[in-house]
Amino acid sequence: MIRAMVRNDFPILRRRIHGKRFAYLDSTATTQKPLSVIRAMDEFQRKYNANVHRGIYTLSEEATELYEGARKKVAQFIHANSEREIVFTRNATEAINLVAYAWGRANVHEGDNVVISVMEHHSNIVPWQMMGRELNYELRITDVDAAGLIDLRQLEQQITKRTKLVAVTGMSNVLGTMPPIANIARMAHRKGALVLVDGAQSVAHVPTDVRKLGADFLAISGHKMLGPSGIGALWAKQELLETMPPFLGGGDMIREVTLQSATWNDVPWKFEAGTPNAVGAIGLGAAVDYLQKLGMGNVHKHEQTLVAYALKKLRTLKGITIYGPLDARKKGGVIAFNVDGVHPHDLATLLDREGVAIRSGHHCAQPLLRNVFNVMATARMSFSVYTTKRDIDQCVAAIEKARRVMG
Amino acid sequence: MGEELYKEIILDHHKNPRHFGTLKKPTHQAHLENTLCGDEVTMQLKVEGLRIKDVAFSGSGCAITIASASLLTDAVLGKSLAAVKKLGTKDIDKLLGVKVGPAREKCAYLGLETLCKALGK
Repeated sequence: MIRAMVRNDFPILRRRIHGKRFAYLDSTATTQKPLSVIRAMDEFQRKYNANVHRGIYTLSEEATELYEGARKKVAQFIHANSEREIVFTRNATEAINLVAYAWGRANVHEGDNVVISVMEHHSNIVPWQMMGRELNYELRITDVDAAGLIDLRQLEQQITKRTKLVAVTGMSNVLGTMPPIANIARMAHRKGALVLVDGAQSVAHVPTDVRKLGADFLAISGHKMLGPSGIGALWAKQELLETMPPFLGGGDMIREVTLQSATWNDVPWKFEAGTPNAVGAIGLGAAVDYLQKLGMGNVHKHEQTLVAYALKKLRTLKGITIYGPLDARKKGGVIAFNVDGVHPHDLATLLDREGVAIRSGHHCAQPLLRNVFNVMATARMSFSVYTTKRDIDQCVAAIEKARRVMG
Repeated sequence: MGEELYKEIILDHHKNPRHFGTLKKPTHQAHLENTLCGDEVTMQLKVEGLRIKDVAFSGSGCAITIASASLLTDAVLGKSLAAVKKLGTKDIDKLLGVKVGPAREKCAYLGLETLCKALGK
């Protein structure tokens, strides 16, 4: 169980907004950071900062050890076989782009296809559109129903011998639904296609074990799992990473450079050109420590309790539309909704005045909102380890007040 | 700021937008969308003798978008083209009676942007 005390670990939650208690309900956009993460980054900058993998002196060796230690923590967190399977990136978006550019250019050709779902975040749509234009492959889109379930029958038909990749979210950032990755991976692998999972949400909210997941690539976001922004990771098996050409060129990703050519460093460093975000990686390592102490199973249970509570409370209000499943067991800690007669932007502004931060808009998933739900924008509340029932109560009271104002 | 953003005047223009609809023979018109949230506004004008003889707007959006477009139509009706072309975002703030803040500027100024586009400004 996660106790309400956890909230005290997050200094920002002590802020008052417009003179009100702060109820932060936008953790799907980004999570707040516990003091241990803030301290780890601060300590690194105060005591250990040096360029990693370069210096022979003590400080650089210490910095390298901390940076590589963070890689090990991330690897263990998702049960990777080794830390060599973790490539640090800027964010989950860059991890997906790395696959699209480095692996995609080498493996997807004219006449091939890549399959994604309509439920994807823009970060798992746009790179495949861009590469599709360059490589002339076909981008196939699998439907999702109003309950947020992927049409597996259609998916099975869409995956052919020319399918090179199925790229799908591990957890929808709008509906919170979690596609059956193991099933999808079986379908894809039968036809020789690889599977990429956009784990920006799922890794932050449910236990992840890449040995059982069935995926070939997993994109991870640091700032959505209590870590800092500017750090993410790509997981893939070492043998797969080794077959891939580099993504960005520059320092640290090379073994030897002449004026004519270069040879590449070993994986994962082959994919980490330039001075990396060491302080970000160390913050992410501290976030992993924090989550592991809580236990990801507990994190998931905590959020499901909150979702069940919030759904029950929201449904007592008149004129509320909830998008996605109404069964808390079928989703992660996020609820997209609309209030009749109150535009989501007005709702978000009015809630802000009550100290409640929610998201309003298309949540970087325009195709899902437009094609499946026929709306341009929704409100969205989302949870993390520090969210309490009191936050939800404050939000529901603010929704009622907003409706009175706009009524 | 409290709920002061949603002043009486804004709520009134949101619920009862003025000049909402279409003109039969507009001399100028334009349509703009706020791609962030899907709000959209169409502005139609009838310009005669360098004056705004008639104006109408239609569209859908949040209270701020609709109220500011509605207030704008009231403000430009009967005015000279030269005066209307001088209107800026500060004038919208004045009409709304409040500065909306960076997160809602796109909503507040969508009507004005559409009007400017209609007049080829």
